[in-house]
Amino acid sequence: MNIHAYEKLWLAASLVLIVLFIGSVTYGAVGAGIAMVDDAEGVIDPDALDEDDRFADPRVEEVGENEYEVYVVAGQFFFDPGTFEPIEVPEHSQVTFYVTSPDVIHSFSIPGTNANTMVIPGEVASMTVEVGDPQEYGIVCNEFCGGGHHDMEGEFHVVPEDEFTLEADE
Amino acid sequence: MTTYIERFPAEARVIRSTFFTAFIALGIGALFGLLQVLHRTDVHRLVDSADYYHILTIHGVLLALTFTIFFLAGVFTWGLTTSLDRGVVDVRFTWAWYGLMVGGTALAAIPMFGGLIDGIDMSAGVLFTFYAPLQAHPLFYLGLALFIIGTWLAGADWIWTYLAWRRENPDERIPLPTFMVLTTTLFWYLSSLGVAIAVVVFLLPWSLGLLEQVNPLLTRTLFWYFGHPVVYFWLMPTYMLWYVLLPKVAGGKLFSDPLARVVFVLFLLLSTPTGIHHQYLDPGIAEGFKFIAMTNTMFLLLPSLLTAFTVVASVEHGARQRGGTGYLGWLGALPWRDPVFTGMALAGLMFAAAGFSGMVNAGMNINYLVHNTFWIVGHFHLTVGTAVALTFMAVTYWLLPQITGKPIWSRSVGLAQVVTWFVGMTLMSNAMHRGGLSGVPRRTAEPQYENFDFTPAFGTMAELDAGVVIGGSLLFLSAVLFLGNVFVSLTGGKDLTSIPENAYAEALSGAEDGPLILDNLKLWLVIAVLLVVLTYALPIGAIIDRGGLLGPGGSPYPLVVESGRAISIGLGEVVA
Ligand code: HEM
Ligand SMILES: [Cu+2]
Ligand SMILES: [Cu+2]
Repeated sequence: MNIHAYEKLWLAASLVLIVLFIGSVTYGAVGAGIAMVDDAEGVIDPDALDEDDRFADPRVEEVGENEYEVYVVAGQFFFDPGTFEPIEVPEHSQVTFYVTSPDVIHSFSIPGTNANTMVIPGEVASMTVEVGDPQEYGIVCNEFCGGGHHDMEGEFHVVPEDEFTLEADE
Repeated sequence: MTTYIERFPAEARVIRSTFFTAFIALGIGALFGLLQVLHRTDVHRLVDSADYYHILTIHGVLLALTFTIFFLAGVFTWGLTTSLDRGVVDVRFTWAWYGLMVGGTALAAIPMFGGLIDGIDMSAGVLFTFYAPLQAHPLFYLGLALFIIGTWLAGADWIWTYLAWRRENPDERIPLPTFMVLTTTLFWYLSSLGVAIAVVVFLLPWSLGLLEQVNPLLTRTLFWYFGHPVVYFWLMPTYMLWYVLLPKVAGGKLFSDPLARVVFVLFLLLSTPTGIHHQYLDPGIAEGFKFIAMTNTMFLLLPSLLTAFTVVASVEHGARQRGGTGYLGWLGALPWRDPVFTGMALAGLMFAAAGFSGMVNAGMNINYLVHNTFWIVGHFHLTVGTAVALTFMAVTYWLLPQITGKPIWSRSVGLAQVVTWFVGMTLMSNAMHRGGLSGVPRRTAEPQYENFDFTPAFGTMAELDAGVVIGGSLLFLSAVLFLGNVFVSLTGGKDLTSIPENAYAEALSGAEDGPLILDNLKLWLVIAVLLVVLTYALPIGAIIDRGGLLGPGGSPYPLVVESGRAISIGLGEVVA
């Protein structure tokens, strides 16, 4: 097969480009330690969330110094916590969300940030974020989940250290 | 000088039917696109927000599946018969697959439109991705299954015709358009298997109440096993037109036939083992599997990059044949007044832009920012909504006279039409991309929330809304111009003398320059299957292992309390 010289050049450049892309993503995942949503959590029975000690009482929990875990149930058409009362965490902390669904597929997404995960019945999505200065964020479901999908929203508040109290301590 | 209809009158009739079906879908889809634009921006809300999703389901299905696939079935039939210079083996079989595809579409349409009509108790407001446990009426799944079987029979028709030609011409190289049809068909068999299994084995029995529940992650994964490759089912015929028709209307020749074959072989090999890149954000799938899908996806850029080179080189050759000179000066020598050329060229230009936003999507980590936002909608309106749709509309101005014997009513209106589409899409897609970056979700009737606002990096939400509305309206106008032009052309009389000969571009470097192994389709198919097994066996096995073939359930939505369901629950328990 005779390949034109320019064509060979283009082919080589394309391959280099592709390898660079793969390299940069690999660096992002391995080097910079950007964690992905994956299969780390076990499966869960979506019809028996009330028997699971994380989701029977969805909440914010302190698990270490400046480390928090948040258990969220995303259902048609609410986040609990999130919709009925805001999720609150103190500034400059590390927050891990655990989210599951009792009914259909939803998402748990904080617009304008890369905190974004699918929520699939039977699976628990986990995602760790570092929060900075106090700020109020919205939470939306961006996976179509039924007729009230557009009403499914919540709030996530990063509050000053001295204003933060855990529900349990109130 | 012969036109297609003179040489193949029987095939021309079938192609006319596939085109007209595609155009009906385009008309309804474009109208609903306009409704969506007006609804989301709150300019005008014709339907209840809960019914918005029925509109969106119809828009997605009719445009992404009906319009594209009916049109490409016609294009492939044209390309195959023209390049083999032989009719199909038995045109009754050709009508049979067309009939099955129409029947399937009609069945699926009943509940899709039923959801919009009060008093009809059927619905399919599940969008074109139909993720369980969202549940549609059984007719939706049944129609879909029949439609897909119809496309399989179409592929069988093309293979059958090719084999007949092969017996008559044992020593010839496969002509390029036929080669493209065959590789695409094999690829389609491989990739549509996923959705066929999801629908026939799980979703249809489940909607009938025969299965009590399904595994949402499994059916979702099977959907995306097909859902990404389906993009190439639209793109491969588009590329075929860029390779074999664009150089011709530009006045030149295809740069290299063997490289075009390499591109199609790469598509056959790499398109399917990539679907998991739609599931980067899914829990329950290990990071390693996502990584493999990402790597394959990046390599899948290669055939598109090669296409960009060949297409530009071929067009430049055409321009120089027409007397064009200079470093960039040759651009001026191109037939810009011809809607066929200009439409395809603008479609290709938009595709280059889409390539850029696509690379963002494919990077696993950047994907977190844009997944399921309006950015994605902006992206695929550049790919399927323009690179594919605008190419299909532009070549209609060339193919319609071939299959009807009637010249196009107005080529100037055609030119205005393709330019309007380009301008409208530039406005709409730009605003969608920017909205998505600030977090505006897709698939939402009311992207206005109570507790927070979106703040775009540049400009305001009002500006972005204006871009979407003005762009969407121009697109709708363009679709109306297109359909109107087609309609008026059809009411005119035949005039065969004014229609160019039915032919496609020759190659500067022809098939004889390529090694014979390129035409060994069996070999490529075997490798393609192996690659799919390698990338999918483990993740699918892991998903079944985790949740069970039919578990862990969730609740079907909408909850239909039918008498049939109560009886079938007993059955479901036996199965589960
Ligand atoms: C008149 C021209 C068009 C307009 C105004 C338009 C508008 C839109 C809008 C606003 C959405 C997003 C709705 C949402 O996410 O809430 C959408 C979705 C979509 N459009 Fe279009 N569109 C047009 C043409 C096309 C064409 C030609 C195609 C493909 C050939 C197409 C395929 C799709 C698909 C697949 C979706 C996604 C549906 C889903 O999310 O389930 N559109 N369109
Ligand atoms: Cu939701
Ligand atoms: Cu939702």
